[in-house]
Amino acid sequence: MAEPIKLQEFTCDFKEEVANRIPEANFDLCLTCGTCTGGCPASEQYGMDPRKFLRMLLLGMDDEIRKSPWAWVCTMCGRCMSACPMKINIPKFIYNVRGSWPRDKRPKGIRGSCDQHIKSGNAMGVPKEDFVFTVEDVANDIREAEPEFSDLEITADRVGAYIALNQNSREPVTEPDELGPLWKILHKAGADWTYPTVMWGGENYCMFLADEEGWKYIMEEFVHHIEHNLKSKVVVNTE
Amino acid sequence: MKKYKIPHTFEFKSILELYAQWIKDGTLKVNSDWNKDLKIKFTVQDPCNIGRKIGTNKIVDDLRFVVKAVVGEENFVDMIPNRSNNFCCGGGGGALQGGHTEQRRAYGKVKFDQIIETGARYVITPCHNCHAQIEDMCHHYGGDYHTLHLWTIIALAMGMLGENERTYLGPDLADFGLDT
Ligand code: SF4
Ligand code: SF4
Repeated sequence: MAEPIKLQEFTCDFKEEVANRIPEANFDLCLTCGTCTGGCPASEQYGMDPRKFLRMLLLGMDDEIRKSPWAWVCTMCGRCMSACPMKINIPKFIYNVRGSWPRDKRPKGIRGSCDQHIKSGNAMGVPKEDFVFTVEDVANDIREAEPEFSDLEITADRVGAYIALNQNSREPVTEPDELGPLWKILHKAGADWTYPTVMWGGENYCMFLADEEGWKYIMEEFVHHIEHNLKSKVVVNTE
Repeated sequence: MKKYKIPHTFEFKSILELYAQWIKDGTLKVNSDWNKDLKIKFTVQDPCNIGRKIGTNKIVDDLRFVVKAVVGEENFVDMIPNRSNNFCCGGGGGALQGGHTEQRRAYGKVKFDQIIETGARYVITPCHNCHAQIEDMCHHYGGDYHTLHLWTIIALAMGMLGENERTYLGPDLADFGLDT
């Protein structure tokens, strides 16, 4: 038999903590309507769903929340929140649950990618010299094989380029030939662009890891490079 | 950037906005003639980051505009639901690196079914994570669609897709436009 809940024994420390960080989160306004759960692709995984997870927060089940792997199954896609009649910010709640895990207990793969990004500017951990070498190498192949693109020009850290292009580092590292079509399009459009080599990976695993410091550091380094060195007017992400 | 209030003067854009702008103003000359008789069907996966998460359909509408321009309006089939009401592919939020593989695939099953429902031969995925997840699900659930980066199909439509740049094309288009 389930024990009745004794309201006077309620402590919701984690809820207070998260609500302080996201004042607009409105957790208390949940109507328990289940709209979020109905439209959430992560519902039922590990026996969990967004409404239930939120109930646990409001019931002070802090340990259970922190122990559930579900925080890493939800993708923080925001579909729940956009349908929620009370606009409850479940993705930020999940982000805060992730952040409440000891850093060394968070998923290895995400943590490793975040660490690499902090260290070498991209989640794959590739030194920027290798990135520049790959780019030059692929560009050479295209220039030689395709006369139409014999004047294809690819640059890194070109000061004053109008566009700084931010690309997922998996592309140059695991499928460098995929760079070609993108460059050709930019070439045909006559775009004035360059690859920044500081924090050049377009991905953001520190955000997924809920590593505030790492995320902030990456952004600051990147922005500084663009603002003070390259002076580009637009940063374009290839996604 | 917004989150940390880091001051900056540059603007942030998705390349999809540029593609759309360039096609509209004639900078980028594309057409869909190549697919007029072939009638190969395409759908797109809307990345959550440029759809729902920016709070407007502006960029995902640009995405549709570009795709229709290169494959033909009549050869584009939308998933339901789509744009800012789309379902996440299940590869977001670090899920591909997060280790809960079985759950990630179960999460993506909804998306897989939506793709199959369109009957499209190709799913265009402008986001790298979506590309990896949707391809993985095709193998896992035994689908017969192909997963493409957007630039592949733009370059193909422009007749400039090189020999090495065709990894993700199916047999129907593997040699399309090559002189050999
Ligand atoms: S949709 Fe909003 S109000 Fe309804 S159960 Fe979910 S969080 Fe609560
Ligand atoms: S953000 Fe998480 S809880 Fe909300 S719909 Fe997406 S996967 Fe589900």
